[in-house]
Order: sequence, then structure tokens, then C-alpha cells
Amino acid sequence: MQFYRFYLGSLKIVLKGNRVYWAWVGFLVLCIVVGTVGYLEQASGGLIVTHMRDPVSWGFYIGNFTFLVGVAAAAVILVIPAYLYQWKPIKEIVIFGELLAISAIVMCVLFVTVDIGRPDRVLHLVPVVGNLNFPSSLLAWDVLVLSLYGVLNFVIATHLLYCGFSRKAYHRAFVTPLVLFSIPAAVAIHTVTAFLYNGLPARPYWNSAILAPRFLASAFCSGPAIMIILLQFLRKYGGLDLKMDAIWKIAELMAYAMFINLFLFGAEVFREYYSGTHHLLFTEYLFTGIGEHNRLVPYAWLSIVLSVGAFVLFLVPATRKNLVTLNLGAIMIYGGVYIEKGIALVVPGFTPSVLGEIYEYSPSRVEVMVAVGVFGVGFLLFTFMAKVALRITQGEFHKDTHLGGPSRRTVEAEG
Amino acid sequence: MPVGSQRRWTPGAWCRQRPWAGRGVVPPLACAVAVGLAFLSGPSCRPTLAEGTGPAESLATEAGRDREQQGHEQVGAVVPEWQRAAAGTAEEIEEFPVPPPPFSYGIFPCSDCHGDMEVDTKPRKLEDEHEEIVLHHGPRERWCFDCHNPGNRDVLRLASGKTIPFTESYLLCGQCHGPKFRDWRAGVHGKRTGRWDGRKEYLLCAHCHNPHAPRFPPLTPKPPPPRPENIH
Amino acid sequence: MKPDARRRSGRKATRRQFLKGALAAAVGGGLAGCDVTTREAFFHRRFKELSRAEKRDILERLERDYTEKYGSPFSVSADPAREGVLFAYALDLSRCVGCRRCVYACVRENNASRDPAVQWISVLELEKLKGVDIYDSNLYYSPEQVPREGHFYMPVACQQCRRPQCVTVCPVGATWQEPDGIVVVDYDWCIGCRYCMAACPYGARHFNWGAPHVDQEDMNRETHYLGNRPRYKGVVEKCTFCIQRVRRGRYPACVEICPVGARKFGNILDEKSEINYVIRNKRVFILKEEINTQPKFYYFYGI
Repeated sequence: MQFYRFYLGSLKIVLKGNRVYWAWVGFLVLCIVVGTVGYLEQASGGLIVTHMRDPVSWGFYIGNFTFLVGVAAAAVILVIPAYLYQWKPIKEIVIFGELLAISAIVMCVLFVTVDIGRPDRVLHLVPVVGNLNFPSSLLAWDVLVLSLYGVLNFVIATHLLYCGFSRKAYHRAFVTPLVLFSIPAAVAIHTVTAFLYNGLPARPYWNSAILAPRFLASAFCSGPAIMIILLQFLRKYGGLDLKMDAIWKIAELMAYAMFINLFLFGAEVFREYYSGTHHLLFTEYLFTGIGEHNRLVPYAWLSIVLSVGAFVLFLVPATRKNLVTLNLGAIMIYGGVYIEKGIALVVPGFTPSVLGEIYEYSPSRVEVMVAVGVFGVGFLLFTFMAKVALRITQGEFHKDTHLGGPSRRTVEAEG
Repeated sequence: MPVGSQRRWTPGAWCRQRPWAGRGVVPPLACAVAVGLAFLSGPSCRPTLAEGTGPAESLATEAGRDREQQGHEQVGAVVPEWQRAAAGTAEEIEEFPVPPPPFSYGIFPCSDCHGDMEVDTKPRKLEDEHEEIVLHHGPRERWCFDCHNPGNRDVLRLASGKTIPFTESYLLCGQCHGPKFRDWRAGVHGKRTGRWDGRKEYLLCAHCHNPHAPRFPPLTPKPPPPRPENIH
Repeated sequence: MKPDARRRSGRKATRRQFLKGALAAAVGGGLAGCDVTTREAFFHRRFKELSRAEKRDILERLERDYTEKYGSPFSVSADPAREGVLFAYALDLSRCVGCRRCVYACVRENNASRDPAVQWISVLELEKLKGVDIYDSNLYYSPEQVPREGHFYMPVACQQCRRPQCVTVCPVGATWQEPDGIVVVDYDWCIGCRYCMAACPYGARHFNWGAPHVDQEDMNRETHYLGNRPRYKGVVEKCTFCIQRVRRGRYPACVEICPVGARKFGNILDEKSEINYVIRNKRVFILKEEINTQPKFYYFYGI
């Protein structure tokens, strides 16, 4: 009964807001409409409405998927100081990291779903009902660890929020093991996603042992970068009690992650260019282009400039602790990693193709539309969850709250 | 032999069971005869290479279908016994199932014209008949009667003096082109149709190589695939 | 039988039924608009798991559907692999002139989509001076006549690996290696994730980006369930050594069309086969041997 009230109350919180809130929600709904229109077009015509073709058989969707797996995994960068070190400033905001992870996982699942040719057969991936090819296929591993990680975060976050709602302390015995388990799970989702590419000897560009470490390092930059921005938004528009200490700590951790990311990247670049084997072609396609095929070159360099620039901003304490440069750095690192994972990982892996063909891929109109829609869903989900979480952490929404106002009738009518 | 799909995770298992290892050595081949001979005058017969009309192609498809039913009984029965054949002499070689020689229309039998003609064995430039034949086959001294039989023109003549019908012309070519002949008998040189598990269809050398100018003619390629950019 | 006992004994079946029921409810809406074939295909398991009777039913149903759709009688067979047969292929690089006859014979035989075009064989033009340098190959050569001076040609299709990466990575087991070595795809089980295409070192797998289209009069009506039967939008397909032909003793279409006789095919376990002769008497090589996929497709120089 109380959970029902929790549910209804949450629904009510979500449906109430000021003009800024509704403008934001309206914008996201618009994104979702755009995505739906795009997806309907794709569903009727087939994936031929994308620019993916046999030589480049994965593109923008899978790139976004990979990027978002990193974002989801990055929640761990809040979870460790919060639960392992019981560090208060971060413990107060860790719930938002978990909510972000849930939203990111939902977006990951959506991106994979829109990428497959026969989404109607998605149940073939379910063990027993279908035929999950575990442990042979890394994609099967990914399905498992992603759902596991999604469920873990969902259970933890729901439990924490519900306990806040019930004005009770959460069950340590229940939460701690789950949290402890979510830490390796976070590492696992990104490692498995890296292995998904890494384990393909057919694609030398991905077949490098430091791919998984690079994935993790870049994820620990990009995920917190989003978090830094989102937390400030929540503080500004939602009155979140955000201690700046938390932000400085996150930024410091990001600086370490960025250093490792750049170092690993440098190691990869050295190996490719110094040995100069045929396998250099893919890196060359990315950074210098092959002949007249150079569509990715500006993006590749932009990504490097953004990443290195952000690293400098985060490394110097003065700029790290200045909100303007910090936010600039966060946006830069987001952009840098988004290009790195979304474009520079997937496309050069396929260019040139295994038979040496160069097909210059760039996303089609429909692909961009669908991706906008998926991000719309993810952000809308995060907005709703974060709104409820804010009210609970601020103590405004609990079991004794009376949800007054005109919209009460709406809730009752729905109930 | 296990195929290996069940054992994906034990790579190298297959490596140890290479099917071609330890199967014995090819028997010595005694078929390469030494004298330089080849087809000379005779039928002008460029092979038809237009798409879909090659002799072997039509043969293959029809014959294949006809024999669909009896295929199983034929396993191994009519397969060219290349080992035995390769070790033996021409006389021991069984007949290869070949389509009729590619004579141009109305040219055979040769004896229709040559029957009551006097034989002129002197090398010379042909002017009245067969003047379209240009020899691009081996040394310059090559002449009609290196291959054609001066007496009965309806047969060919081997270096040994033995005459053979046009349907066995591969014996003549094989005198010089020993290794090719060996591969051909095994089904490896030249186009082979029929059934992989039964009777094979052979082609004569002359079906693909003009005996007077045997270099394989260039072909017009079929169109390239559409570029991915143009697939909509 | 008491209800309790019945429940116990039939629990497993009941659960299955329940799952099926739940599934039916869940997808019923989406499937309502589909034709019977799609609806029924949704519920059967992978082809290799089916019983003989189930297979027969499916084949009959498909024959009925296709006959209706394409006009004249259609045969969909499921000839199994023969005992003691392991198919292999050899291609003589010194003979191939790059005329692409095989590409189109393959398309015709295997009912590959004409628009959007799907071709299982890619013929690469390579420079004699550079040898087999695939990253420097040209798929789109189009001279008046072939072979072009200084060039040679290398057709590439499925290499029918003994360790097929595509099979390893498929998340739903929709593709597998048959006992005679042919790697097949169950078009009714593939979810179209294209992981196999990323994993294949030979570009042998092709995706139906759009709805495949073959004119009715061009349709080859002698088909195999795992081979050349009509495909769907959104699934992957590949060369099967013409499974519909070779399981009946015939040569693949590309072998029969090749005007220069560069293509050799047979049972590698049979000492009298052409393929066995090639392996023993010619020096062969396989493509990208460092990946250890162990193809059953050999290249050799016949001269």
C-alpha cells in the first residue's frame, strides 16, 4: 500500500513543475517524436535508410551504444568514494550517479534495439525462450552484464529512494553487498563491451590488448563530465544541496583518468606508426585520411584537441577549481570522448573493409533522428527519476506528505 | 573427421589432423611424351565463350539434372582413375566423356574435300583454303602434319604414327603438355562439370584453346557491383 | 488424474506453454499484421533443433507459401549432410581472368536480391607486382577486356572456415557449421545484429539492408532451407557452396560457369576428388592464415 503511494506520489511529482521544467520536458518529448518518426521510417524500409552498408556494417548506433556503456560504468566513480570510503559530500549525491547509470543502460538497450535488423526476434536473446549463445559470443556476455548492471542499479536506487520516502535508514545488509557487486559489474560492462570489439582478429584496429583499459579510462572521464554538468543543473533548477568538495573530488579523479586515457592512446599511436604495418591503415584513415577519403580527419583532430585541452584544464588546480573553466573542461571532455567512442572507434574499424574497400560512412538523416529520440528517452527518464530523488533527498516527499493541489484529483482519477 | 564447430574453443585441434598429410606420394608419371607436336591445320574452332552458351555449361546443367536420381550409385564408378591412368600409357586411359569436338559448321569430315586430293607435304603458305588459320603455337617450324594425318584426314596422328579420332585429341596435346594433361585427367586443368560425387563431364583442350593459337582469349567482364554509396 | 499430479507431471510443459502464451500475447499485436509464414516462423526453434516432423511441416508450409507468392511450384528441401563428406574448394589464381561470370551465376542460382544488390562473390583485382595485397585491391575494375595487363584476379566468398569466427560470435546461434563443413544461416532465427559481419575476415557475410527483391521469372525454384530459399529483410546471408546443389551431388554454380575452369570443388576426404588432388599436387595457400580461421577454401597457382 505504501509502495503504491510512493508510486503515485512519484507520478505526481513528475507531472508537476514550473515553466522551465515543462519547457525541458517538452523539448525531450519533441526529440522522442523525432526519433519515433525516424524509427518508423527505418522499420518500414529496413536499415537501408541508414548509411550502414556491408563494408561498414555498424555505425552511429553502435558508436553511441559504446559511448553510453561508458557513461553507465562511470557511476562507479561516485559509488566507490560514497560507499567504500563513506565520504559524505559524494554520498549525498551518489543516487544521481546511479540514476544516470540506469538511464544510460536504457539508452544502450535502445541503441542496440534500433540497430538490429529483426527487433521482433529480440527474444531469441533470452535464455530458454530463445537461444543465448553463452559463453561463446561476447554479445551474449554483454546482454547479460548490461541487464545485470541495469537491474542492480535499479534495485539499489529504488531501495534507497523508497527508504528515504519511508523515512527509514536503508538496509545496510541488503545494499552493501549489492553496491560492492555493482563495482566489478561496472568494470565488467565496459570491459565486455571492449572485448566485443577486441576479440575480433578480423579487425586489426580493435584487436589490441589495451582497448579495454582505454575504454575504462575514457569512460571515467566522460561519465563524470556529464555528472558534473547535471549536478550543477540540479543545484540550479532543483535546489540540490551540492557540496563543491564533491565536484572538486570528481574533477580530480577525472584528471587521473584522463592522464591514463591519453597515455594509453599515445602507446597505441606509437605502436601503429612506428611499426607501420598494414594495420596502420585504419589509424591513418582516421587521422590523415587515405587518398581523397578523409571524412573523419577533422573529427579525429577535434577529439584530440578537446581531450588534451580538457586534460590541461583539469590538471591545473586553479582551472579545475574555477567553475567556468571546469565546466568548459567537462564539455570538452564530453565532446572528445563522444567523438572517440561514437565515431573514431567504430567507423575506422571497418575502413578499409576486410577486403580493402574504402566506403566513407557518415550517419544518415534517419540515424541522427533515431539517435536524438533515444537520447530524448534517456534524458527524460533521468529528468523524471532525478526530480523524484531530489524531492526525497530534500525531505519534501515522504510517506506522511500530503500531496495537495489540483492535480491530486488527477492522480486519484488515474488510480 | 570432426569438423570443429563443436570444438571452437580448442583451436589447433584441427591443425593436427590436416587431411592432406600422410596420404602417400603421387605415383610417378610416365605420360609426358617428348616430341614437339600440336594441332595444325584443320577445323577453325574458336571456343564459344559467350555467357551462358558455353558447351560445358549447358551440358553441365542438363546432365546434372538428368542424373540427379542415379547419382548415388555412381559414386566412384566413373571417376577418372587418375592414379592408374597417370601411371599407364595412353592405351590404358579410359575414354573421357567429352562433347563433340568444336568443328566449325560443315568442315567435318575433312575427307569430303581432301578425300581425292593429292597430298602435298611441303610447308607453304595456304592460299585457296584455310587461309584464315594463323599459327601461334610453339616453334615456327610447326606444320599441319605435325598433328593432322596426311592420309586419312578424318583422324589425327600421334608422334608414334598411331592415328586417333578427333574425340581423343587430348592424347595428341598431351604429348607435349604432359603436366597439363595430367592435371586435366585429374579434373584440375580446365573446366569440369557433371557431379562431384560421380560422373564428370570433360571438355577437349580445343573447346577452350584454339589449337592453332591456343592462348586463352581475353573476355569482357560482367559489370562491377554497385558501390555501397549507390545502394539505396 | 488429480489436478495436483497433473500439475507436477506437466509442469515443464506448462511452463513452456505459459511462456509461449505470454510471448504470443506480448507480440500478438505486432504480429497481427504479418502473414502466416512470419507468424509461424516466430514460434519455431532453430532449424537444427527441430524434429523431423516439425521440419517437414515447415518445409511444406514454405513450399505452399512460396508457390503462392512466386506463381509456380517451389521446392524447399533440407537434404542433410552425407556421412564421410567434407566439402572444400580450390581456386586457381593463375587461371582466373576476373570476368565475374561466377558472381552473376551465384546471384541467379542463390536467389540473391537484385535490388538492392547482394553479391556473395567479390572479385578483387590485384597487381602482379604486389602479390596478394588485399588492402590494395580493386573491387570495381571495369576495363573493356580482362585480364588487364599486370594484374591478376582473386575471387573471395565464404571461406567455409573450420574455425568460423562468425559462428563463434553469433549471440543467438543462428549460424553454425554443418557436419559436411558448410557454414549456414537460419534466416528464421537471425536477429540481424551483424556481429558476424564484423567478425568475418573475408567480407563473406551480407546483410539484407532493404527488402530483398528477385523478379518472379528469375527465381530459382529448387531451394534448400539453409541455402537459397527467399530471404527476409534484416537478416544476414552468405555463400553455402550452393548447398541445394552440392548435397545432391552437383557442383556449385560458380564451378559450372567458370569459363577458365579455375574453380575446383569436391569432397576433401575422397582421395579421388579434384580437391584432394589439388591439395596433394599443388602448393596451396589460404587467405589470412594468421587469423587461424582454417578455411576450406584454398587458393593455388595451377601453372
